Amino acid sequence: MNYSYTILILLLPVLIFLFIGLMGDKMKPQLSGLLGTSGLFVITLLSYFTAFNFFDHRVDESFQAIEVFQLLWLRFTDSLIIHIGILLDPLSVMMLVVITTVSLMVHIYSLGYMKGEKGFARYYAFLSLFTFSMLGLVLATNIFQMYIFWELVGVSSYLLIGFYYERPSAVAAAKKAFIVTRFADLGFLIGILILSFYTNTFDFIALTDLNGLAITQPTTAVFMGLSVTTWAMLLIFMGGAGKSAMFPLHIWLPDAMEGPTPVSALIHAATMVVAGVYLVARLFPLYSYTSPDSLEVIAYIGSFTSLFAAIIACTQLDIKRVLAFSTLSQIGYMMVALGVSGYGAEGLGYMASLFHLFTHAFFKALLFLGAGSVIHAVHSNLMTDMGGLKKYMPITHITFLIACLTIAGIPPLSGFFSKDEILVAAFEHNKIIFAVQWLVAGITAFYMFRLYFNIFWNHTPEYHHTPHESPATMTIPLIFLALASVFSGFVPFHDLVTSDGNPLHTEFHWMIAGPSILIAVIGISVAYMLYAKKNSKPESIATSLKGFYNMAYHKFYIDEVYLFITHKVIFYFISRPVAWFDRHIVDGTMNLIGNTTVYFSGAIKKMQSGQMQWYIWYFTSGVLLLVFLVMYLN
Amino acid sequence: MNLQAEIPLDYMIVLSTIVFFVGLMGVLIRRNLITMLMGIELMLNAVNINFVAFNHYLFPNRLEGHFFALIVMAIAAAEAAIAIALIINIYRQFNTVSVDDVDELKY
Amino acid sequence: MNPLLILLIIPLLTIVGIAFVKDLTKVRLVSAIGMSGQLIFSFILLYLFYQQRNTGNTDDMLFVSTTMWYEAFNIQLKFGIDGISMAMIMLTSIVTFAGIFASWQVEHLPKEFFISLIILAGGVFGFFISLDLFTMFLFYEMAVIPMYLLIGLWGSGPKEYSAMKLTLMLMGGSALLMVGLLGIYFNSAPDGGRLTYDLTEIAKVNIPLAAQLFFFPFTFIGFGVLGAMFPFHTWSPDGHASAPTAVSMLHAGVLMKLGGYGCFRVAMYLLPEAAHELAWIFITLTSISVVYGAFGAIWQKDLKYINAYSSVSHCGLVLFALLMMNETATTGAILQMISHGLMTALFFALIGMIYGRTHTRMINEMGGLMKVIPFLSVIYVIAGLASLGLPGLSGFVAEMTIFVGAFQHTDMFHRMATIVAISSIVITAVYILRVVGTLLLGPITNNHYLDLKDAQWFEKISGVTLVIAIAIIGLTPFWLSDLIREPLAQMIQTLTN
Repeated sequence: MNYSYTILILLLPVLIFLFIGLMGDKMKPQLSGLLGTSGLFVITLLSYFTAFNFFDHRVDESFQAIEVFQLLWLRFTDSLIIHIGILLDPLSVMMLVVITTVSLMVHIYSLGYMKGEKGFARYYAFLSLFTFSMLGLVLATNIFQMYIFWELVGVSSYLLIGFYYERPSAVAAAKKAFIVTRFADLGFLIGILILSFYTNTFDFIALTDLNGLAITQPTTAVFMGLSVTTWAMLLIFMGGAGKSAMFPLHIWLPDAMEGPTPVSALIHAATMVVAGVYLVARLFPLYSYTSPDSLEVIAYIGSFTSLFAAIIACTQLDIKRVLAFSTLSQIGYMMVALGVSGYGAEGLGYMASLFHLFTHAFFKALLFLGAGSVIHAVHSNLMTDMGGLKKYMPITHITFLIACLTIAGIPPLSGFFSKDEILVAAFEHNKIIFAVQWLVAGITAFYMFRLYFNIFWNHTPEYHHTPHESPATMTIPLIFLALASVFSGFVPFHDLVTSDGNPLHTEFHWMIAGPSILIAVIGISVAYMLYAKKNSKPESIATSLKGFYNMAYHKFYIDEVYLFITHKVIFYFISRPVAWFDRHIVDGTMNLIGNTTVYFSGAIKKMQSGQMQWYIWYFTSGVLLLVFLVMYLN
Repeated sequence: MNLQAEIPLDYMIVLSTIVFFVGLMGVLIRRNLITMLMGIELMLNAVNINFVAFNHYLFPNRLEGHFFALIVMAIAAAEAAIAIALIINIYRQFNTVSVDDVDELKY
Repeated sequence: MNPLLILLIIPLLTIVGIAFVKDLTKVRLVSAIGMSGQLIFSFILLYLFYQQRNTGNTDDMLFVSTTMWYEAFNIQLKFGIDGISMAMIMLTSIVTFAGIFASWQVEHLPKEFFISLIILAGGVFGFFISLDLFTMFLFYEMAVIPMYLLIGLWGSGPKEYSAMKLTLMLMGGSALLMVGLLGIYFNSAPDGGRLTYDLTEIAKVNIPLAAQLFFFPFTFIGFGVLGAMFPFHTWSPDGHASAPTAVSMLHAGVLMKLGGYGCFRVAMYLLPEAAHELAWIFITLTSISVVYGAFGAIWQKDLKYINAYSSVSHCGLVLFALLMMNETATTGAILQMISHGLMTALFFALIGMIYGRTHTRMINEMGGLMKVIPFLSVIYVIAGLASLGLPGLSGFVAEMTIFVGAFQHTDMFHRMATIVAISSIVITAVYILRVVGTLLLGPITNNHYLDLKDAQWFEKISGVTLVIAIAIIGLTPFWLSDLIREPLAQMIQTLTN
């Protein structure tokens, strides 16, 4: 099978970016939007075509990774070389489908949502840049290419969060997102360096080859009591945790909601934030064989994040922030699944994680786009300004309901299947983590329906102008994504995307599914009782749990801690002393040398008094001194 | 005539030293330019005494010392003329002949 | 005739040309033509260089020509280039070209200004093509001295103080350097025979270890002062802040590279054993430099100060990588010199242009410029992204080559120092984004800014030239990397044996 056309998948978005970026001012805004969208449509078709071809060709029952091409980009040493290339394997092809689908939906949706915005062309240029970077990331053939696109993704995220650049909060959020992920990338980079130092390769195929040196002969070096491989893998995970907003690097994601809503749907829900999951999955054999300890850490971090974010999500009023915390929580699930997974036949968690990634992309994008549609109608992000919208916006209402049911894990919607697999994997590995994830499933159902009832039911506030259903450009993506959310659970995922490329045998466990459906239903019912009609119960519960509620409402003050560290410690306790030290000590020393010279020359010049008799004195005494000297020496 | 037997060379040197230092003190201590000039003349004359004395006592058959004394006198005359001209000009410029007030050349 | 001489003749002719024309427009025109010619010739030289290599010329140095200049001390006019000098020549001609256009609006004594500027550039070209220590030093001084006039006459703020400080510190460096060079000269023939200043000849002899250890610090610090090595960097913030735009560009963009280039070509290459012995001291100093400069930049409020401190950080990285003494890290160091040269020249050009409009360089007095001067702002963002190491722009290539190379060192100390240096990429992001956020984004803070005009044609030429150069290196780094790497294999072998 010849896949050389896949180069177009990478080339087209970057060409569109350059074209719109350079020519955007001179075109009609709508034209650049259409250009971007139609370009992406072509890319999506190509991706689907690739996926059909790829999953159609098995070699001995399993899928083989294919390096479509490798171009030399930069040579560090003879073995450490950065190539720019395309790697097709089940994982990357699956990501290709997810990214292009969601991106296309967002492109179409934005035609309506962003209509009339200033910088419409710029918006589409950035979207193309993002799509390019994200595709480059998932198609990377080596870890350094991934790092390159990883950074590009970060910068496109920066540009898109700060799209409304005249709004100080957007600028601050963009900066925060970039710096936090940059800090995480520092770990990623050091991890890459350590890994490449011992394995002497960047190439994914060589790194994850079960018979390769990286896995069969990992280094035995130890640093500070931990094996160097574990250090490397944990540092690489740090990069992933930054992009995927795992605790404690999650603080940028809620703020990133300052960007336009479709951007949140694309970048901060469906694609970029799962890059961390993708990274761990990509290096999974390495994690699994050389450093099981770090997988354990990943599982605990994922589990904690999912619980932590779910609790916060119950208290937030800004609907996009609720969704942002829900994203955190769901990515936590994916991380848990990877953390509890084994390789090959035990790779249920791996499969479940990517399955959840797949379904989550659709229903979370749907939730965001639905929220965008609501925001578009009522011009506010706060759920206190909303209510009773189900009669004004039927399509948005139905699709949003489907998404909520999906994320809550109600069968036979897709979220049920993927979450169920994760719970099974967790149950087999670690009962505590299973219990936490089971609980989080209930909380998830609760806060999602709290959101749903508050927006579409409850009492109807006084709207300035009556809300109306969004235009077709916005509802069509909603409908499409709703269909995807419903049916993507039926994709035979365990046959397609597994840790070793071989089909995985899975069973359906009523013992796990039953309780999980039960707790979801309980969550929904509680939400119904509290929020379906306006009443005082939520208030009284909040007051009775005052301390805890406030903590959760303020996101457990993690932001404040960070602010303290960055602002107080780094600014006032490092930067300012450094600047002071430089000006006063280092520069002071230099000035001191100069000033001393000037002082001494000033002292010496006093002798040149113009008083002739002094000159004679100096002269005479000098002569006398010499005379005595001569006499004394003789 | 046997002057040498009665007045040894040392006396001459002591005399000239005294005259020289009197002159030097005059230059160093007095502030009046005219008096300082006089001090310089004294110093020159102290040198003249030495010239003549050494010539006479050490090399009685030669005359270089005398010639030098004559040259010094001539130069002293010229120097006095120039110096007085300068002093007059300084007086016109600054309205004083005190060296303390004439320190334009400092620094 | 040796084509390298044309690199010196063009500036000379341009100076003569400027001296003979009368009015302002013609002065500009002559300078622009001259430096465009220089730029075009650099490309021709690059072509000739590759042509020589392709025809199988494997000499270390190409286009070598030797003329005895002063028989008594064996001083020669010896010129020649290898891949590294070729890359530096390209950098110099691009920055000079952009600098001429950036100083289009100089109206006070334009003739003298452009003449000084071109003398400076000529000194730099001479330095890069010299293979004789004495003439190298001569050209070095020729590049440093006009700086005094350029800052003292056409500068702003406390310009006399800054000019004096900069010149004196650099002269102090030269004094150390002179000692070092003479030390090398008098030890250049340990087995008897003719003493020589010839770089390629000295490289072949083994200077006694005691002499190496004594003279290495002189030479390294002497060049290090110009390379803004901590703690000899403080001329840089004040000097840049007072210097006129084009002078900052040339100085930070090119002149500071003389330091790094000299440290490698002279100090380390000629005194390899001492370099090995003493590397740890300078690695410590330079890794401090990298982080320290970055932290210093966070606190600054003046755009030029921010950039000067960021230069300290980036140039620290150059020396840091050189001291790692392996092929990859050294390639990275040279790449970083070029990348930083282009980036920082672009920054200073933009700061000059913004200052010319808003009449302030304090970031907290400005805001929302993206809306009123989008062209300049976008270029500023690109420069910022290049500075914080965005892939696709030159900074990333250089930094990654340095980090990967430095991390290949088998010694634990070197790798820990590398991790310290790597942490600067986060701090860099902090101060760059802080500037971008305050200066360009956000609401417009001052209503006067609404009337600002965006870039004029000559400003566009200046900015776009540099952006294109940055992007070309960033997108297709392999050719430049290979060009630099080619002479290194042999040099590194000398260093490690």
